[in-house]
Amino acid sequence: MAWFDNHLLSIVIWLPMLGGVLVLASGGDANAAVARKLALGFSIATFIFSIPLYQRFDSATAAMQFVEQAPWVPAFNIEYFLGIDGISMPLILLTTLLTVVVVIAGWESIQYKVAQYMAAFLFMEGLMIGVFSALDAILFYVFWEGMLIPMFLIIGIWGAENRIYATIKFFLYTLLGSLLMLVAFLYLFQVGGGTFRITDFHDLPIGFTAQTLLFFAFFAAFAVKVPMFPVHTWLPDAHVEAPTGGSVILAAIMLKMGAYGFLRFSLPVLPDASHYLSGFVIALSLIAIVYIALVALAQKDMKKLIAYSSISHMGFVTLGFFIFNAQGIEGAIAQMISHGFVSGALFLCVGVLYDRLHSREIASYGGVATPMPIFGSFMMLFAMANVGLPGTSGFVGEFLVILGAFQVNAWYAVLAATTLVFGAAYTLWMYKRVIYGAVASDAVAALKDLSRREAVFLAMMAAGVLGMGVWPYPVLDVMHASVENLVSQAMNSKL
Amino acid sequence: MNDKLNLVAVLPEMFVATMACVILVVDLFAGKERRLMYGLSLATLAGAALLTMSDYATTRSVAFGGMFVEDALSDLIKIAIYVIAFGVFVYGRSYARQRDLFRGEYFVLGLFGVVGMMVMASANHFLTVYLGLELLSLCLYAMVAFQRDSALATEASMKYFVLGALASGVLLYGMSILYGLTGSLEIDAVRASVAAMPPDSVPLIFGLVFVVVGIAFKLGAVPFHMWIPDVYHGAPTSTVAYLGTAPKLAGFALVMRLLVGGLEDLHGAWRDMIIVMAVLSMVGGNVVAIAQTNIKRMLAYSTIAHMGFFLLGILSGQAAGYTAALFYVLVYAVMSLGAFGMILLLSRAGFEADALEDFRGLNQRHPWYAFLMLLFMFSMAGVPPTVGFSAKLAVIQALIAVDLVWLAVVAVLSAVVGAFYYLRVVRLMYFDRQESGTPIRAALDMRLLLGVNGLAVILIMPWVGGLFAICASAVGLLAGG
Repeated sequence: MAWFDNHLLSIVIWLPMLGGVLVLASGGDANAAVARKLALGFSIATFIFSIPLYQRFDSATAAMQFVEQAPWVPAFNIEYFLGIDGISMPLILLTTLLTVVVVIAGWESIQYKVAQYMAAFLFMEGLMIGVFSALDAILFYVFWEGMLIPMFLIIGIWGAENRIYATIKFFLYTLLGSLLMLVAFLYLFQVGGGTFRITDFHDLPIGFTAQTLLFFAFFAAFAVKVPMFPVHTWLPDAHVEAPTGGSVILAAIMLKMGAYGFLRFSLPVLPDASHYLSGFVIALSLIAIVYIALVALAQKDMKKLIAYSSISHMGFVTLGFFIFNAQGIEGAIAQMISHGFVSGALFLCVGVLYDRLHSREIASYGGVATPMPIFGSFMMLFAMANVGLPGTSGFVGEFLVILGAFQVNAWYAVLAATTLVFGAAYTLWMYKRVIYGAVASDAVAALKDLSRREAVFLAMMAAGVLGMGVWPYPVLDVMHASVENLVSQAMNSKL
Repeated sequence: MNDKLNLVAVLPEMFVATMACVILVVDLFAGKERRLMYGLSLATLAGAALLTMSDYATTRSVAFGGMFVEDALSDLIKIAIYVIAFGVFVYGRSYARQRDLFRGEYFVLGLFGVVGMMVMASANHFLTVYLGLELLSLCLYAMVAFQRDSALATEASMKYFVLGALASGVLLYGMSILYGLTGSLEIDAVRASVAAMPPDSVPLIFGLVFVVVGIAFKLGAVPFHMWIPDVYHGAPTSTVAYLGTAPKLAGFALVMRLLVGGLEDLHGAWRDMIIVMAVLSMVGGNVVAIAQTNIKRMLAYSTIAHMGFFLLGILSGQAAGYTAALFYVLVYAVMSLGAFGMILLLSRAGFEADALEDFRGLNQRHPWYAFLMLLFMFSMAGVPPTVGFSAKLAVIQALIAVDLVWLAVVAVLSAVVGAFYYLRVVRLMYFDRQESGTPIRAALDMRLLLGVNGLAVILIMPWVGGLFAICASAVGLLAGG
């Protein structure tokens, strides 16, 4: 048991990867049923193993917990160094939960190379948890980049018509950003006396010019991943072409990694540059919130609309980070988790429709509520959460960020609050055109309502959305000490 | 000590050379028994590996009056060369047999080439360097032209021979100038005399330029790379697998013995030359590779880009950089062996799988081989968690350690460009539909070795620290001696 307790993070990282290998070994599509069951088994097991991370988490301290440390490449002092704090822990739970959902969601809609599909998601899961728990910069980088490979394949193999363009664009965009981050890591290693520990980076004194250059190197990696306004163009392509499961993981987890990177590196390692350039980041965030919301309004494709909505919502997250107060950052993290549920759920809803009619065009639908009433109500909940209605998870984060923004500059808050209007406009207008109105065609009239399997995964998402909306305390409580610590790090000049 | 023969140090070379002669004789009497010669060749390499390993050098010892040196660097490189050559013979077997290249001379040339590389790895004298280099090159010229009825191969061999001879001449000219200035051909003595001269002495730099150009020709760094694409394209794939892998290790030894061992005091001068060549190679190789439709040609340009990356490690002029370069070239040899192994695997009688298109839909034809190729491609692109990443990491680290951050940025940007064409192979294998349904047949030994080769690029990762320590100790001894 002691071994088990000491290696909880490793188990959660490597168990799904082991599962991935076994799933791959289960053979071709003749054995698809075995592959599905194995994948479900491993994803549920991983989720169960991740629960103790929450139960045994000490929310009173900002120190890293569940720490594991072993030398890896002694020549460069690279370590296998894992640990989590209140910021990364909720994201790990979100990952393990959503992987279960994604496996269930791909149960019937994926019929081609099932084992490879399931294995890709299990590998992704392990790598994503690795990103959230790595405390060695190179280990972090290995997980961060390694994730590109399964995602590249997921979009490229099981995606829609234009998948190849989308997936190569996705890969190269992210690779370019990441490699600059790698150079930044190596630079920090050089000036920091030969350590790759992220916690040591936090205490490293760095001059202002170096901080600014490093900030842009990190920014290249994280802004692409978030994605922030001028470098967001890969996301709508990737989302539209990806299979449902790919969209869910992309929106719910992978976008959060960019945001997580800001919290782990930019703010605490480079506080002065972060302050100096906060106006720049806030401006980009506000552009994303307002302008991208308007872009979303013009979309005819449901997935594209949700993709733009994601960019707009992630603008809230980066805004919350760079106003440098605890409310803003806590709100932003809450928004990250909420957005994980909400955008994931909306992509699942589109997937449910797409499996039936093979169209993502809003115009192909209309009056879906008549044949699919249960689906209509689930989607109503998720649409409301996307708007940020009180009582849903979407409200908590947006409210806290706007509150935090008011303390800094009322204009930030006012501009950010426009999302409540625009968000409502594009979400509800789409909802109205798809779900309400006259039944658009015979095909729509013949739609079958949710199967039991679909109801299960939508209910899981709904539970997350409502649970966090009604009682956000457990989520906010665990992150409180870590966020306070982060804010103090970000406010302390290193010059 | 210098006047002793010290034959023990030369034992592996003597063994391989003798065995090559034995195989030549066996070929005379049992020319039809090709399996016998194949087995003998593999046994030779395994035996040589045993000999080298049983006597793995922890100290430096010289032989033949200082012309030959055995140290950890030479032994490590030799072992790697045996392993790679072993792989080349196994991968190339059915390919060569189907094209009637599977003859005694094939093995004899291959083994003599190995001897040449071993001599290069152990050279401690300009003439020994040249001897090893020419022994290797002559074997390679013949191996490229081995497919006599192929016009492409003959043309490639001619180009290779002319340019290779030119390069050897240039190198020899540089050596002769250095001899004139220092009065010695022995590398240690040259080093001592150079240290006594001003590092900006014009005649010295003049000689150095020719040495560097000669080396660049052999490595195929831009702008001395012209022979590479044609040779890779024209030569039989079994030969390309040979000349695209193990000689890179010998090339590393060449650089270490000449530039680092002999002329390290001129580091400031050769560093600038290498910076120019490295940048041009990385950028040029990666950009031009995008335009290729033939995978052998694509890998040729990829080699050029990789050699540029490898030179980055050298130019840092520090032990950490040399270690990184050694590690890089070892990793590169393994990845590139695997990639050529895949081309050999997909080729069959009367069909060369050398177009990129031939990889289309491989995931449908055979998911396991597609997965192995995927690993090789991502590893060449330097994407973690493959070992290609740790190799690039080590090199970039060495650059940043000597404050060449701009060069590190150029290197990673060119790596992004490079990722594009490696991804294209993955895209063809995984995203496109099947075109040819011909089943892929391969002998058990090849399947096993290819599997080990492919998994090695990812499963080695937890132990990459240990591998790096071995490289560091090999290089450290040279710097100490």
